[in-house]
Amino acid sequence: MNTLRTEPITINLGPQHPSTHGVFRLRVTFDGEEIVDLEPVFGYLHRGTEKLAETRNYTQIITLTDRMDYVASMSNNLAYVRTVESLANISVPERAQYIRVICAELQRIASHLMATGFLLNDLGALATPLVYCFREREKILDLFEMLCGARITLSYMRPGGVFQDAPEEFWHALNTTVTDLPHFFDEIESLISTNEIVLARTRGVGILTDEQAIANSVSGPNLRAARVKWDLRKSNTYEVYDRLKFDIPIGHEGDTYDRYLVRILEMRESVKIIAQCVEQIDTGPIRSNTPFFIRPPAGEAYEAIEGPKGELGFYMVSDGGVAPYRCKVRAPSFLNLTPLKEMITGWKMGDLITILGSIDIVLGEVDR
Amino acid sequence: MHSPLLLDFTTFYELFFKAFDTLGFEASAHWMSYTAAGISLSFIAINLLILSTALYTWFERRTIARFQVRRGPNRNGPYGLLQPFADVIKLIMKEDTIPESADKVVFTLAPIVLLAPTLLIITVIPMDDSTFLGTLNIGILFIVGITSVNSIAIFMAGWGSRNKYAILGSMRGAAMLVSYEIPMALGITSVLLLSGSLAMKTIADSQLIWFILVMPLGFFVFMAAAMAEMSRTPFDQIESESELGSGYNTEFSGIKFAILFLAEFMAPIVTSAVVTTLFLGGNQGFSPIPGPIWFILKMFVVIFILLWIRSTWPRLRIDQIMGFAWKPLFGLGIINIFLIALESQILMEEGKLSQNDMLIMSGINWVLTIVGLLVMFNIYGHKRYNRPDPIPSQLANMGTDLQ
Amino acid sequence: MTKILSTSKIIQTLKQELPGLEISGNESWVTVNANQINKVSRILKNSDGLDFSYLNAITAVDYIEYFQIIYHLTSMRNNYSCVIKVRCDGRTNLELPSVIDVWKGADLQEREIWDLMGIKFSGHPNLKRILLWEGFDGHPLRKDYLG
Repeated sequence: MNTLRTEPITINLGPQHPSTHGVFRLRVTFDGEEIVDLEPVFGYLHRGTEKLAETRNYTQIITLTDRMDYVASMSNNLAYVRTVESLANISVPERAQYIRVICAELQRIASHLMATGFLLNDLGALATPLVYCFREREKILDLFEMLCGARITLSYMRPGGVFQDAPEEFWHALNTTVTDLPHFFDEIESLISTNEIVLARTRGVGILTDEQAIANSVSGPNLRAARVKWDLRKSNTYEVYDRLKFDIPIGHEGDTYDRYLVRILEMRESVKIIAQCVEQIDTGPIRSNTPFFIRPPAGEAYEAIEGPKGELGFYMVSDGGVAPYRCKVRAPSFLNLTPLKEMITGWKMGDLITILGSIDIVLGEVDR
Repeated sequence: MHSPLLLDFTTFYELFFKAFDTLGFEASAHWMSYTAAGISLSFIAINLLILSTALYTWFERRTIARFQVRRGPNRNGPYGLLQPFADVIKLIMKEDTIPESADKVVFTLAPIVLLAPTLLIITVIPMDDSTFLGTLNIGILFIVGITSVNSIAIFMAGWGSRNKYAILGSMRGAAMLVSYEIPMALGITSVLLLSGSLAMKTIADSQLIWFILVMPLGFFVFMAAAMAEMSRTPFDQIESESELGSGYNTEFSGIKFAILFLAEFMAPIVTSAVVTTLFLGGNQGFSPIPGPIWFILKMFVVIFILLWIRSTWPRLRIDQIMGFAWKPLFGLGIINIFLIALESQILMEEGKLSQNDMLIMSGINWVLTIVGLLVMFNIYGHKRYNRPDPIPSQLANMGTDLQ
Repeated sequence: MTKILSTSKIIQTLKQELPGLEISGNESWVTVNANQINKVSRILKNSDGLDFSYLNAITAVDYIEYFQIIYHLTSMRNNYSCVIKVRCDGRTNLELPSVIDVWKGADLQEREIWDLMGIKFSGHPNLKRILLWEGFDGHPLRKDYLG
């Protein structure tokens, strides 16, 4: 009984928008309040990283990789230098490996704090949880400043180790942070994880099943929230992760609430990893002797790490020169956007921003 | 009646009467002093209200900032007290844009239509023995009628902007505001059952025990409906800035935006004044502090609670907001009226209720309310969500012994 | 650890399912003929011993006389991986069958390869430019695109 003629309306969630996490454009077609079609438009932040990498030598490309996922730059560095080490057969001393793991886990906590804060900001909580999460992230950025002098684009790792050793005050500050962070996670969980309104907005919304996730090449917390227990730190272990004990939290049904909760649980595991590293680390060299101009033999390598957003991989082809012949980035945020249309159609306008926020994309990585 | 604050109609009337009499207008002194008293008193009252709204914006920004572990504005004047004036000066100096294809009459009138009802409500609030303009016999009915003009104003704002986002936002807003009229009316009806009169002063006086203690369920229903009528979080989907621009006030700038802003921030003040009269006993209080000061203190408590809720909770989705109005709140409102009617019939003697009767009612009602709300949250709420242990999918098997 | 599945096993299984297939490989990767890639990928995903359900990445490399497209695959159920390479000769009018019906994750990656390298994928429902705007001339990641 259709007495009223209705018409779907197409709206452009333009590149400049408070809650698309960057310059990202969506053309959404609504039928009333329900979404019937969705078309993402990328490319507003495309800077040609892969082309630029072909004219820079291997050490210079580290600065290019910082700026891809500008929220989690240690992970980008780590993935890149591991690929170069695999290409050129460079070994890494053990102390450097422990420091790398500490930095990668600190960066994971910082990135997940930002993701959680912004997800709750999109839910409408007037920036209060966002400011709390950023207060903790500031402490982690202070730690990074002690290590290498920068806060966001760090360029700390080098093929063969890390840039410089951690000063004495770093270890004291790290101990304080490691003891304080679990209390903060308890506070956030008590305020948010059982809040009636958060549960009503996120339970059962934007479900991604395990088959869909695997078929769409989704990785990272989104994949784990879809009940798939797959983490590159355990399945294809690298650095010193095989000596550390930690859990892989997974979600219950793959909705937005699971994606939020998996990130909180992963942050807790990261704190455990850092505590174990601090116990196990020993003195020693932090960088093996590699020249500035690395000339790997002709060949190729693909190495991937488990970054905060997912599987971050580099595929590099070398022809023996000082610059790579081809440097391709397997960007997790880009591939996590593949099932976007499936996840969002059928839901309402208020859910669009929530689901997009829970996937946790960074446009620098999507567009490279 | 003369009030200690000298801000009431009779004083002004007599003043003007003397003035016009001595000036030689005896014949028409009556209606002239009546008009002059009314106009001047309204002028003073409206200015005081706008000034207190400006002060309230300062208070809100500082308090929300404190909830967020930061300071609020502190650069304009001592403690940032001149911040609202800086905001107004900036907004006045901005260009007053009107979109080219907009409906100019509707666009220009929308802020005024939004502001006028909120200003009118202050005329029936009994801060003292009566309101500053005298007693209106149908005070509460006047308020219910006036607040329904809000929905027209919001729709006018969206329609006049001729902007897809604005129209979407304002349509959602109009639907929400109309739906929440009913729980508000139900909350008010339960108050009327006990007070027996529509006049605001009589309602305040008939609270031998404050009605928040006698009918907590009615208080809850009325507060929830009032928060939605003011479009405050958790019901502020229509002006959610993190989705689709800024809702119905996207196209307004300059003085029009200042008026919309003013109306939005005046609403909590006026609503908490109404809540104080209906549920918190008006200006009752013990003696060294005069009545109006008690009134302002109670208003302050209600405003603070509204602000606290705003800065902590996320917002509900529009269909959840509508569901909340029509299912739980409507049911609770009707149950509340039924309960109050039953109890007052049983306990009433000679058509009046004594203080003891009200005590008994409050005891019964509090127990019933707490039990009822607990039952409802357990059945419908998500809080009892015990997350079961997740079962890993069979599609992936890391196969390591590093578990 | 994710082991690389022995390429001889892959070659054997593929030759069994698709007789007449041109296939070769060394210890790291398997090279397949360009227009057989969609049949090969279906077998790789569905057959019992192989079960490569997860597509890690599709890459295209420009070796001046030919283009090489590399598929990195992982089997999540058994935790091993493999690398499949495909070769496209020439520089103009390059076309490959799309593997989107086998792994939906190929959707955005094939659009990116079309956008930046100029290799068309037949059977892709929405082969438009993704990182550059419609109307852009040329394919920037090729070796002969300068500036």
